[in-house]
Amino acid sequence: MSGRKASTGMERRDFLKFSIAASGGLMIGFQFPGIGKLAFAQQASANTFMPNAFVRIGTDERVTVIVNHSEMGQGVYTSLPMLLAEELDADWTKVGFEPAPVDPKYNHPVFGMQMTGGSSSVWSGMEQFRQAGAAARAMLIAAAAQQWKTNATACRTESGAVFNGSRKLTYGQLVGAAARLTPPANVQLKDPKTFKLIGKPIKRLDTPEKLNGKAVFGIDVKLPGMLTAVVVRAPIFGAKMKSFDDSRALSMAGVRKIAAIPSGVAVIADSFWQAKMARDVIRVDWDEGSMQTFSTSQMMQQFREQAKSPGTSVRNDGDAAGALAKAAKKIEAVYEVPYLSHLMMEPLNCAVDLRQDTCEIWTGTQFQTVDRANAAKAAGLPNEKVQIHTTFLGGGFGRRANPQSDFVVEAIHVAKAAGAPVKVIWTREDDMAGGWYRPAFLHAIEGGLDASGNAVSWRSRLVGQSIMAGTLFAAMMMKGKDYDPSSVEGVDDLPYAIPNLAVESHQADVGIPVQWWRSVGHSHTAFATECFVDELAGLAEKDPYQFRRQLLGKQPRHLGVLDLVAKKAEWDKPAPKGIGRGIAVHFSFGSYSAQVAEVSVTDGNVRVHRMVCAIDCGQYVNPGIIAAQTEGGAIFGASAALFQELTFASGRLQQTNFNTFPVMRMNECPEIETYIVENNEKSGGIGEPGVPCAAPAIANAVFAVTGKRIRRLPIRLTEAV
Amino acid sequence: MIGFSVNGKRVDLDVDPFTPLLWVIREHLGLTGTKYGCGMAQCGACTVHIDGTAVRSCVAPVSRVIGKAVTTIEGLSSDLSNPLQRAWLEEDVPQCGYCQSGQLMSAAVLLRDKPTPTDEDIDQAMTGNICRCGTYPRIRRAIHRAAGLVAKEGTR
Repeated sequence: MSGRKASTGMERRDFLKFSIAASGGLMIGFQFPGIGKLAFAQQASANTFMPNAFVRIGTDERVTVIVNHSEMGQGVYTSLPMLLAEELDADWTKVGFEPAPVDPKYNHPVFGMQMTGGSSSVWSGMEQFRQAGAAARAMLIAAAAQQWKTNATACRTESGAVFNGSRKLTYGQLVGAAARLTPPANVQLKDPKTFKLIGKPIKRLDTPEKLNGKAVFGIDVKLPGMLTAVVVRAPIFGAKMKSFDDSRALSMAGVRKIAAIPSGVAVIADSFWQAKMARDVIRVDWDEGSMQTFSTSQMMQQFREQAKSPGTSVRNDGDAAGALAKAAKKIEAVYEVPYLSHLMMEPLNCAVDLRQDTCEIWTGTQFQTVDRANAAKAAGLPNEKVQIHTTFLGGGFGRRANPQSDFVVEAIHVAKAAGAPVKVIWTREDDMAGGWYRPAFLHAIEGGLDASGNAVSWRSRLVGQSIMAGTLFAAMMMKGKDYDPSSVEGVDDLPYAIPNLAVESHQADVGIPVQWWRSVGHSHTAFATECFVDELAGLAEKDPYQFRRQLLGKQPRHLGVLDLVAKKAEWDKPAPKGIGRGIAVHFSFGSYSAQVAEVSVTDGNVRVHRMVCAIDCGQYVNPGIIAAQTEGGAIFGASAALFQELTFASGRLQQTNFNTFPVMRMNECPEIETYIVENNEKSGGIGEPGVPCAAPAIANAVFAVTGKRIRRLPIRLTEAV
Repeated sequence: MIGFSVNGKRVDLDVDPFTPLLWVIREHLGLTGTKYGCGMAQCGACTVHIDGTAVRSCVAPVSRVIGKAVTTIEGLSSDLSNPLQRAWLEEDVPQCGYCQSGQLMSAAVLLRDKPTPTDEDIDQAMTGNICRCGTYPRIRRAIHRAAGLVAKEGTR
């Protein structure tokens, strides 16, 4: 998802207030609708105290935190329970998590629907989960005080129990009494100075089950009588099926049914392998449609042409063109980035049990509200008859938040044909060819310096597809603007003090489905802007770090991470022989990131040896998770910078699997250090801000060691200038 | 019938001998800890042991394991007592967790063959296992930590 700035007109704090008011604070007697068949969804019972939608305490002392965001590796099944447990004074060893069912109570307090994205789970859930824990604690204290015939103020709590002098009642012992009380209207949150969990590198709650094979991902779901399906999909976007021949496939072992569905042909069998074998012998005749001549090389040529004319104005400070004409020195550069696949380790999948008047869905999704609405429509059922059981996600990176719910809706159509519970599994090749990529982008940038080497003018002209146009989010996200804010995020708020600054956007109309990809617009704007700043520094014959410092005088948090990373990377000392150092700084999703990369280049091959990362995400919850996300983000960004590109020829995707769309591997992984800035600023995101700086830091390091500018990703020295 | 042992238990299955071992393990035996990632031995998510050798089960036909002993993640240790699992816990390695079964199974063979692996040994043994979340630095630390545990305790 895009940053919160672009997402809504409402201020975040207002939204938090609104959400707490709207949720009524506490929900006694709240019952789960549509309880699932799997162990992870358990119903509240007589032996539990469930003061609100987010926590349930059992007589066995177990504290179960119901988490309304999806766990896709970013740690929300730990950090959100930490917030609640902190205020509850729970015994952390008794705390567990459970995915929330789909219900408006679990809507994202800012985005107004149940979803995970925009690096927003922790900052948006901070008040919500703390309030929920504090309310439960107040009720447990009240129950104990009643029993002891004393005042609540005479009681204290610690590690899952209420104390009064030498008397002690555990939370489990208070379950029955607390459940009869009325929730408090107001609760007092803790003074951060007294935090016992928040701010500590607490180990993740979901680790044990991820080490013994017990964690259930969507692909692992098994329902009684379940069949497995694969789908033959169009080889070209927009192609329409004319006919298909399934005569051979139908006679193959295990095949139950083969049926035309809106996205192609569903092959339904007893097992995956049988379905896949049968699919391989189905012949489909396609009307290939208008995209059959599409090629990315032609498209980029068109982008280059488009960039020659002015685009829609996004930002216009001073007179960029005039200042450029008068500049003492100037430079222009065109940066290009390709389409990219999210490439989650777990390919898309979705299990459905569709009945006459109910529909249950098991999948790893980031988009519960949207998926439910789309699934209900496809199933011909009202929303409330559709329930989604969110499993662990084997990576998300934005792909599992699809505005059309493509992988869920398709599974509903397959379930209609199957007449039995069914799980649709996408092969890796299906997943990669399935679309909804990070869009390709072109940035044409011109910049100028005055006679003293100060940057006086900058004009960025972007060409690329909008990820919002044509989706149900267009109205909300674009707000009548004639450009997509998520296309230009990260350049429209360029932090450098350049008096004449213009940003223009060309929205390209291409028939390739595109979507948010970890760090969204920042994934390309940081590359273009941070490489161009380096080029300007080179033109000014200044050190790239010092050149940035000069332009960031009024940006203390940018400066903070930049100085920290420069210090930790020992920027002032010469790099080891044969090594080049590059630096980049970028703000995204409420957080400030800076990275230094150290690379060598041998026979045109770039090797990243070390990355130093500084992150300022304001007040944080779990520094262990912050470091993991920052490291993982840097590796994600480095993978794209070094290896990844999707290309089309004759409308067909030319990459199919990890062999043609590589991911960084252990032997290619640099040493990574992460440093977290300590402050009391508002919390920012952490899932995405580690990504954007990696590509420009590496590209700038390649320049430092080769003298060649990288203007296209993935980095290929043969294309450097 | 195809007979082999899985995690010490004998199984006899009526299954097409060309079916990849991965899908037999997941669908016929219900051991879903072993993951599908690529289907062409590129990512390592499906790594299991066949008679002690790390194998990509997505490209191994089940006929290959007739009479052999297969170990999956579920057989590494059910109680997380294996030094690798303990080290993975200590280093808080997993993010999404999907690749970690394969990572652990590759690391188990490495550690058995090289009880004190160098970084180069780790590169060599672990490069076939992709992690999209980028947990490599922690995996590396965890393998070294596990080696230390084995050395100290003299087990496994």
